[in-house]
Amino acid sequence: MHAKRIIPCLDIKDGRVVKGTNFVGLRDAGDPVETAVEYNKQRADELVLLDITASSDARGIMTDIVRRVADSIFIPFTVGGGIRTLDDFTDILRAGADKVSVNSAALQNPELIREAAYKFGSQCVVVAMDAKRKQDGGWTLYLNVGRIDTGMDALEWAKKVESLGAGEILLTSMDCDGVKKGYDNELNAAVSSTVSIPVIASGGAGELSHFYDALTKGRADAVLAASLFHFGEITIPQLKEYLHGRGIPVRNM
Amino acid sequence: MIAVIDYGAGNIQSVVKAFEHIGCDCAVTDNPDVLSDADAAVMPGVGSFGDAMDNLRTRGFERPIEDFIESGKPFLGICLGMQILFGGSEESPGVRGLDIFKGEIRRIPPGADACGARLKIPHIGWNSLSIEKPGALFQDLADKPFVYFVHSYYLCATEDIVTARTDYGVPVDAAVQKGNIYACQFHPEKSGDIGIQMLKNFKRICKEGN
Repeated sequence: MHAKRIIPCLDIKDGRVVKGTNFVGLRDAGDPVETAVEYNKQRADELVLLDITASSDARGIMTDIVRRVADSIFIPFTVGGGIRTLDDFTDILRAGADKVSVNSAALQNPELIREAAYKFGSQCVVVAMDAKRKQDGGWTLYLNVGRIDTGMDALEWAKKVESLGAGEILLTSMDCDGVKKGYDNELNAAVSSTVSIPVIASGGAGELSHFYDALTKGRADAVLAASLFHFGEITIPQLKEYLHGRGIPVRNM
Repeated sequence: MIAVIDYGAGNIQSVVKAFEHIGCDCAVTDNPDVLSDADAAVMPGVGSFGDAMDNLRTRGFERPIEDFIESGKPFLGICLGMQILFGGSEESPGVRGLDIFKGEIRRIPPGADACGARLKIPHIGWNSLSIEKPGALFQDLADKPFVYFVHSYYLCATEDIVTARTDYGVPVDAAVQKGNIYACQFHPEKSGDIGIQMLKNFKRICKEGN
């Protein structure tokens, strides 16, 4: 039975989990390695570590975190944020990550996807897309965490990244992110039906039913959330039990 | 010492880290001579069938792997490292594999999941195993254990070596064993506690035999 995946996302700035977590028993609630270990215990299916540090000086800190996470947990994890070159892919994969997610750099230089897929295999190339609804229907892609409208159509881009060799799409709705009113399931379903690679839905989860909707109406293969999990508003075991109860296949109840 | 065969394919580091985590001494090597000193060998691998075979042959691994397997020492193939034990793959027509086992490696066909949505290719994520032949590698596991898969091509074995199957629209042969040769399509090194248990079982096989 193929399980739908539940993926907590750790936003990391200057080596710390942004806003921390409130897990009981962690020595340091902002430490990414301790947080990753805790999510492994909770039976998260996968993790995403997103470096949102503005300066490139902190690159070494992130590589060190990736190495320590890879020494500590034995489930897959993706690392993204500030990835620009094939060398960045090499550094992160050598440090022990399973997949690398690329966003702005892929929009500016789509060949990076092809080169990375050729060199490392499609399975470790995740393309992150930040999409926002257009007034006249459809979605366009944004750069730099939603600040710049590229004018590029999200569905066209999804098709293109698949043809270039991306192995997975991490799809964030700029409209829904942080609002906690649910995922943009029209967007999720549109992208998921357009490509044959897996789609991870991101942005908007606020209650249990939102995850269910993303996996059914939104046809997502996996669901991602951050602070909702960090602050225990919804725990991973609780979410898995809920989804299982509604007939969604999940791993290890 | 466990030799981890490095033929330029994929993320070998995670396999090494997982074995080190359970206290095994690993040597990553692209030198076939190292195999003769090893107590066990692991062939990981992510990438394409054709590239993998090219690299194995270029580095002179083909014969030493056959010799190692004949020596009776424990051998574990993971993912592509399992597929290349067979004669060929739809992924790279015309490329001959190691041809140690009989079976076909086919492209995963289109299908639908439990929620009615299209099954995605690659098959990425956690899927449950049905254990067909409990053996030393599967000791102390939960019933229908979930393990982590990442692949676009799958095995249909044509000899009686399948020890576990999974389902992804089609029945997928997920693990095989014949004597000292163990191989699996999934990634034990990425399958959490279940995978770590399997690697511990392999460690025990290395010490005590099948």
